[in-house]
Amino acid sequence: MIGAGMTLFRRRLQETGKELCYEAARMALDSAGLTLADVDAVVSGSAPDAFDGVHMKGEYLLDGAGGYRKPYVRVFTGGGTGVFSTIAGWWHVASGLADVVLVVNEEKMSSCQPHAQSVFAHIWDPILDRPLQPNLVWIFAMEMNRYMTVHGVKKEDIALVAVKNKRNAVDHPCAQLADPKITVEDVLKSEVMAWPVQRLDISPPSDGASAVVLASDEVIRKRRIKDRAWISGVGWCIDSTMWTDRDLYFPQYVARAAKMAYKMAKIGDPRREIDFAEPYDPFDYKELHHLEGLLLAKKGEAPKLTREGVTQRDGDLPACPSGGLMGVGNPIAATMGQKIGELFWQLTGQAGKRQIPHEVRTGVSNGWGDLMQYGSVVVMRA
Amino acid sequence: MRVGIVGVGMTAFRSSTPEYSWKELMYEAASRAYADAGVDPRTQVDSFLTCAEDYYEGFGIFDEFVPDQIGAALRPTCTVSGDGLHGLANAFMQIQTGLIDVAVVEAHSKASDITTLAGVVEHGLDPIWNKPLGGHPYIVAGLEADAYLRSTRTPARSLGAVVSKNRRNGLRNPHAAYGADVDPAQPLASEERFSPLRALDISAPADGAIVLVVASERAARRLRADPVWIRGVGWASDSPSLETRDRAAATYARLAAQMAYRLAKIRAPAREIDLAEVDDRFSYKELQHLEALGLARAGEAGRRALNGDFSIDGRLPVNASGGSLGCGNVFEATGLHRAAEVVLQLRGDAGSRQVDGANVGLAQSWRFVPSASGAVAVLGVGK
Repeated sequence: MIGAGMTLFRRRLQETGKELCYEAARMALDSAGLTLADVDAVVSGSAPDAFDGVHMKGEYLLDGAGGYRKPYVRVFTGGGTGVFSTIAGWWHVASGLADVVLVVNEEKMSSCQPHAQSVFAHIWDPILDRPLQPNLVWIFAMEMNRYMTVHGVKKEDIALVAVKNKRNAVDHPCAQLADPKITVEDVLKSEVMAWPVQRLDISPPSDGASAVVLASDEVIRKRRIKDRAWISGVGWCIDSTMWTDRDLYFPQYVARAAKMAYKMAKIGDPRREIDFAEPYDPFDYKELHHLEGLLLAKKGEAPKLTREGVTQRDGDLPACPSGGLMGVGNPIAATMGQKIGELFWQLTGQAGKRQIPHEVRTGVSNGWGDLMQYGSVVVMRA
Repeated sequence: MRVGIVGVGMTAFRSSTPEYSWKELMYEAASRAYADAGVDPRTQVDSFLTCAEDYYEGFGIFDEFVPDQIGAALRPTCTVSGDGLHGLANAFMQIQTGLIDVAVVEAHSKASDITTLAGVVEHGLDPIWNKPLGGHPYIVAGLEADAYLRSTRTPARSLGAVVSKNRRNGLRNPHAAYGADVDPAQPLASEERFSPLRALDISAPADGAIVLVVASERAARRLRADPVWIRGVGWASDSPSLETRDRAAATYARLAAQMAYRLAKIRAPAREIDLAEVDDRFSYKELQHLEALGLARAGEAGRRALNGDFSIDGRLPVNASGGSLGCGNVFEATGLHRAAEVVLQLRGDAGSRQVDGANVGLAQSWRFVPSASGAVAVLGVGK
């Protein structure tokens, strides 16, 4: 990976999705010192078409993302897309079919009126689920509850994640909901959405785009590109559609994806060999859930690590040094900026005020999506 | 590393399948493909890819509904929002990396579940510049057909020859939904729809599912398969904006073919390719695509169609399967269906539509109105 870029995450009524793509793609190419002419293929990542109200959204975003007259393809694995599109970009290069690939992820949720949540009414099985009129907060409340119940986790411990990430996000120039003064008290006092989920347990919907540039080692060598980080492991996994049939306390599919990525990266002991993580955190409890899914903590141990400060930016295993989705915002697929982009910036020493104070050489991030069912994992090394 | 197709599974195409859900269609095609390849999806497949678009499916995140019926639960699986050939190209790349040995590509259509097809397609138009103009989105195809016919001076009669050939080929294909003995003059006498396109120039929607099992050379040997090799893949997009794209020529197909030919080391496609399955969801598309693919010279495809060059016993059999005009429009499954047909032809399993002595075949797809994107696969048997 030789370049990354991301736009400001906000309700961006002035720009179309194409324009957001252009902005992020341009930043990523500039940071790599390349132009569109150097790009052999473009991968697009975007979540539900219904957010934008455009059918075949990949085709619509195509010219903004730089796909004009190039091999261009969109991949879509729900919320997992934020990390998955980079995996697709990786196989474009690793197969030898492309030397330089631009990956552009976009989401524009504000077009969806009155709220993006209305789109999520259509992600359910039409016979078994939809008649119950569920929404996402609902099922995540069930998952959070199950996690808390199995391990005896307190709300206070989970709120610590929201506090950490929203404070970390203060140093992120794209952040939407950073808060330097937030306390556990604030989270616990915020409006109850669906118990045990409260307003400040949730990341905000957003508009934005992010992009990364991938290149073969030959290109990196020939062009003597210094700022690069290597993708050393990829893994992805989907669980059954029937979310009601699994025990929600542990994300088995994330663990499988992680094992696939660790095997490829030749990582035997992830807790010891991985220096920092960007676990997917659309809800605060998800960071804990995913640290365990990524095998960076034992089952039920992540709250303890959080309480002890291990996952703080200056801790032994920084988690979400970017500020994550909780602090920077959650334009579904565009969260590639915090997840993949942050690995790149941290590993190349370009994270500015967010830079982890000690040396980091190996990082992992994961995406998560669909009906609590999708895991995508990328391991990167300096 | 060589990558080959070791299993093919298809359902029949039908104008409607009220007795089946789309999951059951997928299951049937997958079961057939796994039986054909002799693989157990739960233990011998490393990666699954489904090609689908939310609006066609009627779901917010269709990816959720992919795994169970194709045996992919708790396995590496992803959705490619593209045509089945885009999925095949991604499977090809996954295997080329060395990470994946056996991949499965699935694509399907349950078009009969779509009650507002024109409305769905219309939502593919630019929401600011084009959608507010109103009108049926197939107007885009009409405008393109007009630009193609004028710029190449192709006689409108040749569209009738394409329709007649493909509908008649469909009669030889037991999977085809719309095989019929259509006379070449009949399309020209059918009702005018999106001028110059008439009712019979437009393929009708169909339901169906296709699954291919793709394997590295090593895995193919392990499975004792006799693969049809993927010699080359290519995919490309022209401008998404109706105003700035090339309307007369299918630039996306030309670029995709260039890429596929480069990988397949094909220099003279018209000489080296024995048969082709190209997108014909509107009759003119078959001619426009053949020219873009270098299988006919610019402006000659129409006249060659009139000469019968593209019939099953012609110089270059095109859409021996019946194409989309004969089999039905299966949307994102269209390209994968064509690849499956080429595989059957090259294996000698194409029944009464079998083309004699074909060793190299081409499958080409287009992502339908209003896109200017498509993919190409060059398949071959033997060395």
